[in-house]
Amino acid sequence: MSAPSDSPRDAPPAAGPLARSEAEQAWSRAGWSDGDDRRLTRLQRLTARFGRGTVIGVPYLWLLLFFLLPFLIVLKISFAEFRLGLPPYTPLLEWIDGTYLQIRLALGNYQFLLEDPLYITAYLNSLKVAFFSTVFALLIGYPMAYAIARSKPSLRAVFLLLVILPFWTSFLIRVYAWIGILKNNGLINNGLMALGLIDEPLPLLNTEFSLYVGIVYSYLPFMVLPLYATLEKMDTSLIEAAADLGCRPFKAFLTVTLPLSLPGIVAGSMLVFIPAVGEFVIPDLLGGAGTLMIGKVLWSEFFNNRDWPVASAVAIAMLIFLVIPIVVFQHYQQKQAERAEES
Amino acid sequence: MPVRRLPLTAGALCAGLAVAAPPALAEGALHFYNWSDYIAEDTIPNFEEKTGIDVTYDVFDSNEVLEAKLLAGSTGYDLVVPTGIFMERQVKAGIFQPLDKEKIPNLSNLNPQLMEYLATLDPGNEHAAIYMWGTTGMGMNVDMVTERLGADAPLDSLEILFKPEYLEKLSDCGVHILDAPTELLPIALNYLGLDPNSDDRADFQKVEDLLMPIRPYVTKFHSSEYINALANGDICFAIGWSGDVLQAADRAAEADNGVTVDYVIPSEGTLMWFDTLVIPADAPNPDAAHQMINHLLEPEVTASISNYVAYANANDAAKPYMDPDILNDPRIYPSDEVMARLFPDRASSQAVDRMRTRLWNKFKTGI
Repeated sequence: MSAPSDSPRDAPPAAGPLARSEAEQAWSRAGWSDGDDRRLTRLQRLTARFGRGTVIGVPYLWLLLFFLLPFLIVLKISFAEFRLGLPPYTPLLEWIDGTYLQIRLALGNYQFLLEDPLYITAYLNSLKVAFFSTVFALLIGYPMAYAIARSKPSLRAVFLLLVILPFWTSFLIRVYAWIGILKNNGLINNGLMALGLIDEPLPLLNTEFSLYVGIVYSYLPFMVLPLYATLEKMDTSLIEAAADLGCRPFKAFLTVTLPLSLPGIVAGSMLVFIPAVGEFVIPDLLGGAGTLMIGKVLWSEFFNNRDWPVASAVAIAMLIFLVIPIVVFQHYQQKQAERAEES
Repeated sequence: MPVRRLPLTAGALCAGLAVAAPPALAEGALHFYNWSDYIAEDTIPNFEEKTGIDVTYDVFDSNEVLEAKLLAGSTGYDLVVPTGIFMERQVKAGIFQPLDKEKIPNLSNLNPQLMEYLATLDPGNEHAAIYMWGTTGMGMNVDMVTERLGADAPLDSLEILFKPEYLEKLSDCGVHILDAPTELLPIALNYLGLDPNSDDRADFQKVEDLLMPIRPYVTKFHSSEYINALANGDICFAIGWSGDVLQAADRAAEADNGVTVDYVIPSEGTLMWFDTLVIPADAPNPDAAHQMINHLLEPEVTASISNYVAYANANDAAKPYMDPDILNDPRIYPSDEVMARLFPDRASSQAVDRMRTRLWNKFKTGI
């Protein structure tokens, strides 16, 4: 989302023309005549242009196919109406008598979301769960990333591998493993009972607690990796300078390290927050009876009510709910970076 | 068998994400989509050996998931097993093909009375054959429940569920309820002495008043986790399907872990349902599907499935091959007196379904 933006000052100044003239020099050094030289640079320019086009075009095509197109389909269904059949919604466009093209947009689906407090409450609750999960992931992930970035270079690869290692097991199995750990007859309760610390098992599974454990556990690597990337790049001599000037380590951390790692914090938080809002699997498996998240509401709209249009409206509303604040934030950040540049 | 549970939930989740890719097709292949833990171990291998047809067997754990796939179309499945009320609506939506009864001589094995009932959902028995049937009732960990409620508690009554003073005492050892409004709401209506298939808003208000006080004591709403949870002693009470609870009882007995699970058909009466074999209209290999239905209705095959999954079947010819423990178990084949108190489920309109789901969400979340 908001990868740390390199300031233009760090970028190689005006790469294009310089690179070209270097290339020309290289060609003439190699003894090519002027005519050949011009032709080849034209060829080079051509490949450069098409090469760049391909490099940029492929990801755009990917997004177009796998993000924009499905999004438009969902948007379309959100304006349709339920009917019993295949597919279970009405078409938006219909020819009347072969002459009139009728467009029917059912706006009622969106209105419906506002009328029933269920949806608003579910959105707000999802935001709350995602927010606290992000905070917890940051509190746990920052020290981890810091420790890895400051460890011996030879050990860093090992530590990083340990962060990534859980991905080698299926996500579903890892969430299931938490059921085994947290349940009444699970590892924690049996362990505590064996130690004589408790007589009755603590209700850990199917609570808010287990929900947060599941989300923070699952998304922690997404917090640690961007944080590590920024912390590792940081110039440690700045800390030394602060220390030389009599700054205490903690204050040096607050005034030097923390602000410099802000891009990592933002990137990591986005990577945790955004998927956590729409999370369905973890609340379904680890959450309690009363866990209300928009992912589960969407499920019941789609599966219990078979109402694809309302389910689509819920999904679109969620996207608007999430994307607009993020775009605003991104815009604000960019402005700030530019201002910092000018000063 | 926790490992066995995993793939089916994974399947359910994939379906939840609605990314079901149609399975690849081979020559003489059959794609069979059935409920989890709902077939004998040798049923499929025997069929493959007999016919040479290569069977891909996938499982689901909720009618809703199956229906969403079917309504999306092009599932690639040749044979699916929806429950009666869902099948009724799906037949109306025109997504099944009529059975070619000449290809299924074993259809004549099915109990005429039960098929007549099925005809109320599928007019003329055009599309569906009964696979298994059962009831929705109470599963309990006998020791834990008696310890908490005392020996005098009405253990055969739904009062244990619907009276907060009872359910409160069970909440610390774990209470699971099927996550399906179509199951519990008719039972609640019937418990209140109302029409179980009511579509009257006032009746649903009464159900809401009944359910809201017990809400805090429900640990989880889920439609398959309770089998393992009951068997392992992780929960002490569940509203679940007859055969699933009895499987939990079997697993607990096999594991010899000191857990005794029992299934109770509530004395107030409860829901009776039919799971049916149907062929999607766009099935790639309907011929193989007909062969499979005929195979499943072979007396020995039906009997071996019932013996294994502890669900009742509608196959009259299968009785001689059945385990007497299953056949004479009143929890599986209820007595005539109990049968009289069972009521069948019916599909309702979209508006009523929405009302039910809304009430269900309110019961689950309080909002």
